[in-house]
Amino acid sequence: MSEGMLSNRKPETGAFFQRDREWHPQAYTPWYKTSVLRSPQKALLSLDNTLSEITGPVFGHNILGALDNDLIHNFAKPGESAIGPRIIVYGRVLDERGRGVPGALLEFWQANAGGRYRHKKEGYIAPLDPNFGGCGRTITDEDGGYVLRTVQPGPYPWPNGPNDWRPAHIHFSIFGHGFAQRLITQMYFEGDPMIPLCPIVKTINDPAAISDLTAALDMSATTPMDSRAYKFDIVLRGRRSTLFENRLEGN
Amino acid sequence: MVQPLNRFKESASQTAGPYVHIGLTPNFSEINGVYPHDLGSSMVNDKTRGKRIAITGRVLDGTGTPLRDALVEIWQADADGLYNSPSEMRGAADPNFTGWGRCATDMVSGEFRFETVKPGRVPFNDGRLMAPHVTFWIVARGINIGLHTRMYFGDEDAANAEDPVLARIEHRVRLPTLVAEPVEGGYRFDIHLQGEKETVFFDI
Ligand SMILES: [Fe+2]
Repeated sequence: MSEGMLSNRKPETGAFFQRDREWHPQAYTPWYKTSVLRSPQKALLSLDNTLSEITGPVFGHNILGALDNDLIHNFAKPGESAIGPRIIVYGRVLDERGRGVPGALLEFWQANAGGRYRHKKEGYIAPLDPNFGGCGRTITDEDGGYVLRTVQPGPYPWPNGPNDWRPAHIHFSIFGHGFAQRLITQMYFEGDPMIPLCPIVKTINDPAAISDLTAALDMSATTPMDSRAYKFDIVLRGRRSTLFENRLEGN
Repeated sequence: MVQPLNRFKESASQTAGPYVHIGLTPNFSEINGVYPHDLGSSMVNDKTRGKRIAITGRVLDGTGTPLRDALVEIWQADADGLYNSPSEMRGAADPNFTGWGRCATDMVSGEFRFETVKPGRVPFNDGRLMAPHVTFWIVARGINIGLHTRMYFGDEDAANAEDPVLARIEHRVRLPTLVAEPVEGGYRFDIHLQGEKETVFFDI
């Protein structure tokens, strides 16, 4: 862990904006059956952030390997590559004030082009791709920008209802600068007819929140004769300004 | 009409799903060779200051069954009560302590385990000291948004009694859900997602 390249901005020490719990999925969503026994039933204890939530680990670019954000090659044998539609996913990590979040660690994982995960508890009949592991990571630049290369994951069936399928998706885990910003979400693909059918997507009430998780095809960012591109921006909680914050010295 | 505030909405959470290990602990899930080691698997080294402890526990569902596919992260101050974070303005934390740990629960027993140090006390927003505590964040299949809670220490009765966060818990019978039991070599902390012993989770 190191301070990395956190820009020459003043360190931010304000509390984060309250989370909009109506916008996020509720814990108890019985159409997504696993949530039934795993959802807290009592009210959450609401508190303003303390130092324990305002601070958070930050990761330096020195942890990254050259192929960490290239899922087409980071598990492949030398000279080989993963099978599937080649895509670039790029975008920015922003906060709720619209400012780029530099130095944010993004970790992503996904099924292969056939919809199969490389995991011992996964039993879908689609075959593993010997050249595809399914994980990657990167750290955002000074403007909050990031890019990764992968193959478009396939949809896959999962045990919930008798015939439920996940739309094609990439899982994202994001660290901002404070532990209260910690977030895991999923990216969907523009135009996928499976999105509105998915019980996990439907844990989100507001269609606008689902649109915000749906990456747009961006032909202008493609690499001709190589990869199409999707743009996916991620928004983390924003910080209150500390300019006039009523805080004691030493806090 | 008024001027727009131009705030963005936070990206909505989605479950980490059953294969979270592929992304966050690939070596644990036998995807070797992509990263040299799993991030967060080691919080301390031989120079870390403070009292070494192990924190072990499980995450239990509404039937009392341990989750074997959960992922737990912790975040804590060093032995002097300082966070290893750019937002820490009070001083420099122990450079040999990351303060952050990540552990997949065991696929058979459901146990998590962190080798760490006992944290020092950190001030609350009004300057009063909070009791030593460790922040927990739990994700898994079936959990739609990561759950935040805190672990306090069962051998810190005096500090716990004056902790301003614990003081906010209206139903005092629930307070023990946040207090880890001292055991040989450290502390044991089970997290109950539901039921009579449901852990107090935070909206923070
Ligand atoms: Fe998935």
